[in-house]
Amino acid sequence: MNYFELFNMPVSFDVDLSVLPQTYQQLQRLTHPDKFASGSEQQKLVAIQKNAQVNDAYSVLKSPLSRAEYILSLRGIDLQHEQQTIKDTSFLMQQMEWREELAEVDQQSDPLNVLSALEDEISQTIKSDLAQLKAFLASEEVDAEKQAADIIRQLKFLYKMLSEIELKEDSLSDF
Amino acid sequence: MAYSEKVIDHYENPRNVGGFDKNDPTIATGMVGAPACGDVMKLQLKIDANGIIEDAKFKTYGCGSAIASSSLVTEWVKGKSIDEATAISNMDIAEELALPPVKIHCSILAEDAIKAAVEDYKSRQK
Repeated sequence: MNYFELFNMPVSFDVDLSVLPQTYQQLQRLTHPDKFASGSEQQKLVAIQKNAQVNDAYSVLKSPLSRAEYILSLRGIDLQHEQQTIKDTSFLMQQMEWREELAEVDQQSDPLNVLSALEDEISQTIKSDLAQLKAFLASEEVDAEKQAADIIRQLKFLYKMLSEIELKEDSLSDF
Repeated sequence: MAYSEKVIDHYENPRNVGGFDKNDPTIATGMVGAPACGDVMKLQLKIDANGIIEDAKFKTYGCGSAIASSSLVTEWVKGKSIDEATAISNMDIAEELALPPVKIHCSILAEDAIKAAVEDYKSRQK
């Protein structure tokens, strides 16, 4: 049973994020090991495994990046364990520039302002990438999966950058 | 996860950090990224008329192993011909730095950075 089936929904990038947490809580209750406290060892073990699977499924399905990666893995494309590098120079130059800007933000007169502008820029890029990703995942074109995989690879750099900006914002806001 | 002493040494005292003017015709630039971790690496080589690498500089945004891998290759490639440099494999790097299996992709990143820089050099020769 795959994660979508477990959550009783079709395999699709479009997930109703208002329904997902409810289904999660419901499944959590149904599989909670405490419910099987008086059951056999076998029942307890099954409940623990099922409960862990529900947690894994929820964490994969709720974020668009891991959800897209999971959909590709169901189609036989494993991105999670790949070790190949990307060499798209213009994309990487942009990543380098953003990271340089972040590294030098302390020297700016108003670092939080610079960070928030950077955050907006990256969030916009992520937004348009996700829209493209959605289209490629729904497409039946021959190279759509390959294109989807390329966008997922790029998104990993963007989300990482975003989380680093957030860390920096937190550290600056502590004062 | 525990880093090896060599990784810590390169991480704390990275060799050859920085960059050269990418428009200088003797400079070759290799840019690579690892989607697995979102690390980005830029390696620049200064190559003389005989195809010998005179100098190398790097800039890496990533974990300690990625920084150590790139710092190490800048030391290794100096004085080598471009063919010798492209022969450096990620396993050599991983072994020297005693990288654990989950960090092997950092050494692949450094190997690919050398290859990307050499490709850039060759495309400029045409």
